[in-house]
Amino acid sequence: MSARSPLHALLPLAGLVAFLLIWEAAPRLGLFPRVLLPPPSDLPGALMREINSGMWLRSMNQSLSHYTMGLFVGSAAGVGLGVLTGMSRVAEGLMSWNNRVLRPIPGLAWVPFAIIWFGVNQGAAVFIISIGVFWIVYFATHGAIRAVDRDLVEVASAFGFTSAPERLIKVMLPAATPGILVGLRTALGQAWMAVVAAEIFGVSGLGSRMMQASSLLATDVVVVYMLTMAALYGIMDTIFMYAQGRLLQWRP
Amino acid sequence: METVTAAPQPDGRAPIIEIVGLSLSFEQDGQRTDVLRDLNLALAPGEFLALVGASGVGKSTLLRVLMGLAKPTAGEVHVRPDPAADRPMALVFQDSRLLPWRRVISNVAFGLEKTSLDKAARRGRAMDALRLVGLADLADRWPWQLSGGQRQRVSLARALAVRPSILLMDEPFSALDVATRENLQDELIRIRQETGKTIIFVTHDIDEAVYLADRVVALAGKPGEAKAIRVVDIERPRKRFSLALQELSARVKADIAPESAPRADDWVI
Ligand SMILES: Nc1ncnc2c1ncn2[C@@H]1O[C@H](COP(=O)(O)OP(=O)(O)O)[C@@H](O)[C@H]1O
Ligand SMILES: [Mg+2]
Repeated sequence: MSARSPLHALLPLAGLVAFLLIWEAAPRLGLFPRVLLPPPSDLPGALMREINSGMWLRSMNQSLSHYTMGLFVGSAAGVGLGVLTGMSRVAEGLMSWNNRVLRPIPGLAWVPFAIIWFGVNQGAAVFIISIGVFWIVYFATHGAIRAVDRDLVEVASAFGFTSAPERLIKVMLPAATPGILVGLRTALGQAWMAVVAAEIFGVSGLGSRMMQASSLLATDVVVVYMLTMAALYGIMDTIFMYAQGRLLQWRP
Repeated sequence: METVTAAPQPDGRAPIIEIVGLSLSFEQDGQRTDVLRDLNLALAPGEFLALVGASGVGKSTLLRVLMGLAKPTAGEVHVRPDPAADRPMALVFQDSRLLPWRRVISNVAFGLEKTSLDKAARRGRAMDALRLVGLADLADRWPWQLSGGQRQRVSLARALAVRPSILLMDEPFSALDVATRENLQDELIRIRQETGKTIIFVTHDIDEAVYLADRVVALAGKPGEAKAIRVVDIERPRKRFSLALQELSARVKADIAPESAPRADDWVI
């Protein structure tokens, strides 16, 4: 079968349908207890219950607010420090051992401090999310700034843009944008994982609602939230790819 | 050592640029490399000077010093700027160096962003410069959509847009195919007639130098010194590869040939 045949295009759909059918069949045929594996046909009802109680929208709003704030704080700090260390050898030198000590600490290892410093609240979630984002964006920005073609920087100087801020705005940042965006896209996924992690520790949002449902053995609700997370991430990534396409339309 | 000065100015005008006793060396790992030694040169306003010399002799370094991108070890550069100029000098790089994230028009307007002109005025000036190089209809293209020759035209327009007192060009046509190069050479002659710009044109191609310039200065040796200066006293429009040009070209080649170099016929057995 050639890759271009219409049948080939239907394969992904066929695969999804097969997956749902097996999933539906397993609890119905008694292979699994329904409570351990809720069939997909139970999910729309569970979703409607969550929507009607107002929980679905509220948890989603809370999670999205943690996500966007953590992403913003982490990216802003990452771009800022990455630009600084990318442009200044002194800053690069000062940071090099700090990077080695702090970078290997997983974001989740900061949970105890997040809770001590902020309490179990929004601040703790934003802190944990932003740490993961920060390292990814910081390293991506530093590398991208360092890799900017010196010849293009010389063009800026040749036309009178000699100060560091002028060089940054006129050449370094636009030239580094593709590299910074690669880091941001990785951070987009990383931050979403951190949202769920932070909320499983109790900060209210999709993650905490999911844990509540699980403790009541409302597994269909758990699955509803799992799929909600997948959908939200898919939407974020699509929006990001669209924005990136607009920003990088100068590339062939 | 020969000292090179401006060609006599019949109208007695002061030189627009004067390079006095210019030397430059690089210090690297405690080792000093002399690149330029005691260079003296003056240009009359509106003059077209070609600077020839083998690769590595220090031509680009000299242009970088003139632009203020490198500091000389000794010597001075005096410029008598044109009051209508936004910048004393503008440089056309060998490899065009357009900013890939800017459209053609915005690349041309780049240097104008350092001036007090507002956006509309900058766009107008950039369009004028693009028209001058014959690329007005490509204003909204991205750099990657241009051919090598078009990119060099845009680079020239970017330099002309800031109305520099002196236009510096660093081997601007050497990476182009012959037909495009000859075409751009003639375009440059036309643009020079229209704008009256003073031009310093660096090339390693001596035929190109004598075809374009009023005067040819040859850099040679290590460190690079001005070995000779030839006035191209040939009436314009010039005929490419005419006998007069070929004779002059041969003379410049002899000027910069190392004296001890074996001549080809010494090797005939
Ligand atoms: N930043 C630098 N540090 C050390 N040496 C340099 C530097 N820039 C140029 N040079 C040396 O100066 C010499 C002249 O270079 P350049 O001006 O580029 O020559 P040209 O343009 O005539 O080919 C070369 O030998 C080159 O290696
Ligand atoms: Mg050179």
